[in-house]
Parts: sequence; C-alpha cells; structure tokens
Amino acid sequence: MTDKVVVAPKPHAEHAIHHEELGFWRKYVFSTDHKVIGIQYAVTGLLFLLFGFCLMMLMRWQLAYPGAPLPLIGSLFGEARMPGGTMLPEFYNELGAMHGTIMVFLGVVPLAVGGFGNFVLPLQIGAPDMAFPKINMVSYWCLFLGGITMLGSFFVPGGAAQSGWTSYTPLAVIAGTGQTWWLIGMIFLITSSLLGAVNFITTTIQLRAKGLTFMRFPFFCWAQFVTAFLLLLAFPPLEAAGVMQLMDRIAGTSFFLPSGLVVSGQALTNAGGGNPLLWQHLFWFLAHPEVYVLILPGMGIVAEIIANNTRKPLWGYRSMVYSLVFLGFMSFIVWAHHMFMTGMGTAMAAFFQTTTMIISIPSVVILTALIISLWGGSIRYNTPMLFAVAFLPMFGIGGLTGLPLGLNISDIPLHDTYYVIAHFHYVVAPGTIFALMAGIYYWYPKATGRKMNETLGKIHFVGSFICMNVIFMPMFIIGMAGVSRRLFDAGTAYAFAQPTMHWNAVSSWGAWTLAVFQIPFIFNFFWSLWKGETVGENPWQATTIEWSAPSPPPHGNFVGAPEAYRGPYEYSVPGAARDFVPQYEA
Amino acid sequence: MDIPYTVAVRRDTGLTNGKIGIWLFLASEVMLFGALFASYILMRVGATSWPRGDMFLDVPLATLNTIVLIASSVTMVMAWASLMRRRFGTFRIYMGATILFGLVFLVVKYFEYSHHIHLGELPSTNNFLAIYFTLTGLHGLHVIGGMVVNAYFWGPGAKLWKTNPTWFTNRVEHSGLFWHFVDLVWIFLFPTLYLL
Repeated sequence: MTDKVVVAPKPHAEHAIHHEELGFWRKYVFSTDHKVIGIQYAVTGLLFLLFGFCLMMLMRWQLAYPGAPLPLIGSLFGEARMPGGTMLPEFYNELGAMHGTIMVFLGVVPLAVGGFGNFVLPLQIGAPDMAFPKINMVSYWCLFLGGITMLGSFFVPGGAAQSGWTSYTPLAVIAGTGQTWWLIGMIFLITSSLLGAVNFITTTIQLRAKGLTFMRFPFFCWAQFVTAFLLLLAFPPLEAAGVMQLMDRIAGTSFFLPSGLVVSGQALTNAGGGNPLLWQHLFWFLAHPEVYVLILPGMGIVAEIIANNTRKPLWGYRSMVYSLVFLGFMSFIVWAHHMFMTGMGTAMAAFFQTTTMIISIPSVVILTALIISLWGGSIRYNTPMLFAVAFLPMFGIGGLTGLPLGLNISDIPLHDTYYVIAHFHYVVAPGTIFALMAGIYYWYPKATGRKMNETLGKIHFVGSFICMNVIFMPMFIIGMAGVSRRLFDAGTAYAFAQPTMHWNAVSSWGAWTLAVFQIPFIFNFFWSLWKGETVGENPWQATTIEWSAPSPPPHGNFVGAPEAYRGPYEYSVPGAARDFVPQYEA
Repeated sequence: MDIPYTVAVRRDTGLTNGKIGIWLFLASEVMLFGALFASYILMRVGATSWPRGDMFLDVPLATLNTIVLIASSVTMVMAWASLMRRRFGTFRIYMGATILFGLVFLVVKYFEYSHHIHLGELPSTNNFLAIYFTLTGLHGLHVIGGMVVNAYFWGPGAKLWKTNPTWFTNRVEHSGLFWHFVDLVWIFLFPTLYLL
C-alpha cells in the first residue's frame, strides 16, 4: 500500500479526498464501511437486548405476583392487554414469544455476529474491509427491516405472535395476524444472516493479511468463521419452513395441519394430512446450530481476553480449534434432542442422545482449555477480564445442566419445565451476554479511541453477576419441582407448584435489580465517548493485528499493509524485551 | 479504498472473492430446496394416498419447459465463452437468448398455473398441489431473479466491459453459475413432481 502511494501519489490523494467528501448519510447511515456497519449492528443489538429485557421484566411481575395489578405503568398497556393493570394471558403469551424471538434473533446474534464479527474480524485478519461492502450494508438493512416488522407486529389487531419463539404448529397456523408478521420478519432476518455469512466466510478466506495462515488465526476469527458456516447452512431450512407456514396461513395449505383438527369445537375445513412434527424438525434443524451461533462468538471473545490478561498463550490452541470445527459439524446432527417428547421411537432417540453426548466433548475441551489457560498467569483483573472469567463457571453451569436434558430418560420429566429455562439462560444470559459485555469493554478503545471507566465497569460487573444468579438459580429449583414453562400464572392452579412459588418473586426481584445495575453501563457507554481516558493504538498490550491499526481505525483500517509473522498469542516469550510480541511486528 | 481480489485471483486460494461468494450462496440454496424436497418425501411417505403427478399436471408441457431451460443453460455458457474470446457482440446475442428462454419458461408456467386455478386446483386442494405450488413457485422466483441479473448484464451492467473486461467476464460467469443452479433445481423438480 505504501509502495503504491510512492509510485502513483495523485490517484491515491484524489481517492482520499473523495472519501472525506462522503456526506452524513453515506458516512454514518448507508455506510459500506465494516466498522460503521459493525457499530450499527452492535447498537441495534444492544437496543433490542434492552427491549427484550423490558418484555421479560413485565412477565416477571405476573410470575412473581400472579393476577396482581401492575402499579404505575400497568394502565399504560390499555384495556385490551392489561385491564385494570392485570395482565391477560394473551398478552403474557405475546411477551413470551417476542422476548425469545427478539433476544435470540435481534439481540444476541446481531451483537455477537453482526457487531463483533463486522467490527473485529476484518481488523483481526488485517483486511481493509469486508469482501463485499455493499452486501454488508444490505445485510444490516435487512436486519433493520426485520426488527421493524417484529416491533410493528405489536400494533396489529390481536397483537404480536403468541406461539412462542419456536412457533410450533398447528398452534401457530391458527394463531392471529401477528404470526404472519413474525414469519415475514423472520424472512428478513434470515436473509440478513445469509448475506452476512457469505460475506464473513469470503472475507476470512480471501482477505487475510500476508503470512496469516489459518493456524495463526486468533481464536475469535475461528469462532466467527465456524459460526458463519452454521448460519449459512442451518438458516435456509427454517426459511423453507417459514414459507410453508406462510402458505398454510395465507394460501390455506395443510403442510403442518393434521386431518380432523378441531379448534374451539369447530372442525377445520383444511384438506388436512399434514405433519405438525415436520415444523419441529425443520425448526430445530436451524435452532440447534443457532445455539452454537449464540455461544461460539462468545467463546471467541473470552479466549482473546483471557490470553491478553493472563499474559500467556492460550493453553491447547490447536485442540480448541479442532474442537470448534468438530462442534460446528456435530451441531447439525443433534437437533431432535429437543423432540424426545414427541414419541420418536427408541432407535431415533438413541441416535440423537448419542450425538448429543458426543457434542458435549468438544465444548468441554474448549472450556477446560480456557480454564487451564488461567493457571500460573499473573492475571490482570480489569473489567473485560472479570466478565470473561465469570463466563467460564456460568457457561459451565449452563452446559453441565444440559446433559440430563440430552439423555432421553432424564429429559422426559424435565422437558419444558423451568429447569430447561434455567439451563439455556445460563448458557446465553450470564454466558454469552457476559462474553459480549467483556467484548464491549475490550474493543471499545479500538472503536472510539477512549477507554470505558473501570470503576463503573466493576460496579456493572459485580451487580450483574450476583443478579444473574439470583434470577436463574431458583428456576432450577422450580423446574425440578416439575413446574412447566409458559404458564401465565406461574403454576398457581397446581398443588405441586405451591412449595416453590415463592422462588418466583426472588427471581423477579433479581431481574429488576439487574436492570438497575445496567444503568452504570449505559451511562459509562455514552460518558466515555467524550470523557473516557484517551488511548493509543494498543491499550491492552495485545498481540493480534487489530491493535496495529489507529484507534479508531480510519477508512481502509491500516496505515500500511499489515503482515503476520507468528502465532496469535506470543505473550511472556522468554528472552523478549516486553511481555508480549505482537503478531504484526517482524 | 479498493477491496483486493475482486478481479485478480488470490494466489494461495486460486479464487476471486465473487467466485467463493456465489458458491457459498449456492450452498445455502441447496439447503433451502433440500429442506423442501425433504418435506415432500416426508409428506408423501406419511400420506394415506398420494396422486401420481400426471393426474394433475401436464407432462408434455413440462417436458417442453425442461428442454427450454436446458437450452438456456447452453446459451448461458456460450455467452460466457464469447466473453472469454473477447467477442462482445456474440455475448449480447447469447445472453439475450438466455433471457428469452427464461421468459418462455415463465410464460409456459403461467399457462400451467392459470389452467390449474381455472379448474379449481388450488394449493389448498390437497398436499400434492400444496407442495407443487410451493416448490415451483419458489423456483419461478429464482428464475425471475436470475433473469433480472442477466438482463442487467445484458443492458446497463455491460458498461463494465469497456473499463474492466476481466471483471465483467467473471460477473457473467457467476450469474451463469446461479442460472445453472436454477436449471438443476428444475431437473430435480420435473421428475419428482410430474413423473413420480
């Protein structure tokens, strides 16, 4: 790049001027710069996380105090949803379905894949931008449209989708208009993910810096690379299923409607002969790999931060990478462990429980390698590291409590109870979201040129860590008592649920307190934009290539063409002048 | 700022960005149609009775359409080959023929559809017609998509030929890959729906 400037200075200079002339709209709104798009994704993701969290806080009121009118804000939702401030079951179902949908497809995925993937991945592999910048922009705007559709569905007659984030048929087919909006919204979101996935894989393969072989990749790049393959290959079957459900709802087909279905005493006039389980198969064929889409970028972020703050190379980098690839592959053949209750027969159940047990091995390898990486390090406990270290036991709890759910026999009593809710929330909420928070604190200086405040960060961490456990630990107790999920009265009607009812209030107060502890984060996020400590290009003394770019990186990212000379984590090399030897320094 | 390897191949992978991109996109398309074909198999296996395709569908007309689409694939290759030989005029003719064949396919499809609707054979009539309309409808959308891209390269997109012929040739090759994929889907659709 520098050579070119010397040989032909004139066109390059014109080029640079041309970029500075970009107006506000092209520069910040309809931008093709991967960093701007990454930040757009991240901010959208954070806003939707907050929104999904608000939906859940409303639900938590109903679960803690079933039937009690919600003080102050209860009357805002109107007589159709909360007459006299008391929540109707239909509204509870709306909140439940949209909480799941928004958190998964509009919160975590946009932040973990769209946000961190777009911003960090090209910088980490030393690329000037993504391989297809315009497609990258289209991919963000598809997500945006999907988000708007999902939000808009709250205002259609009958409200938003009410059939759970899984939209099981035949319930979803006979549900109100909101479900149609949900399906259309999903088609936008799927399109966005597909375009993004094509872009990520191509960028990773083609735009690597000179010398950056695959085994010199930072673990985060590997995580994003495998995630992109999961998105690319798992989402289209859900798109097909979505089209079929849309046909069922609009064209009157019976893909998912069995013969002789009677709804509210009326026999349906559809042709019938469809298969409701077909939807479940197609849905989980996406949604199990989707679980790994949620967790793998988190693991990637945590690996980066742990290597940086233990000042040691990652322990077992190669076995982590092989585990990651194996995990990605296996995630396509475990989906029916979500369906043990459908009477699939012992041969099928045995197959899927075996694959499920096998897939736990690479997850454990990665987690173990990360824990061993801590051993003997002189650990710097800054805010990113606190979140990253907390990820390990939280993901551990989430993962290990999944084992009984993966076994056919023990799944039967636990299926669809609060135990399941606790299990996957431990993976995603204190797991992935902690990893994402760690990532925000870690790469914020790269994106803005300023560090976030450490004291506020630590308050945010300690509060969140305690509250997350107060929310989800009681759910294991409630679930093991046999209380089902999706009950709008939290099980008030059942005698067996009574001994654990009081835990619901504990969980709810944990959730509301968690909201309070997000205030320091939100304040810190904006305050640090102007008042944060200014930093140079490498504030964490890190080794990977993104830290060779200026903070914030200009259009085109690097001053010269970066080159990789060694592996990603050369920390504390004996005999070296400093305790880190950057990948990008010859 | 320019993105590297849009025109020239990267030496260690031997590919341009666009080539990888289109193949990845096709992989996702395989999964999309694969899921629909899998659903077809599952529904047919589970059904108490399932009509033979020719009880509802017009096999000679579909055979004609199959021939039309295969012909369009041949002209697509010829269009790309003309660019490789730096003959832009021939490219225009072959690309035009490809678009025209696509149009013929859609017109025939339109007559098939309107005939069904006229007879009251709707997607809601039975599950065979439901999957027939879904699969062929989605395939039809892909044909339209391919035609739009091809028409762009035939018309306004062809300006690139003057400034960067290699890049233009690559783009035509990529849209050709998509077009062949759309044909291939039909090659599977035709026996599955009409003959079996």
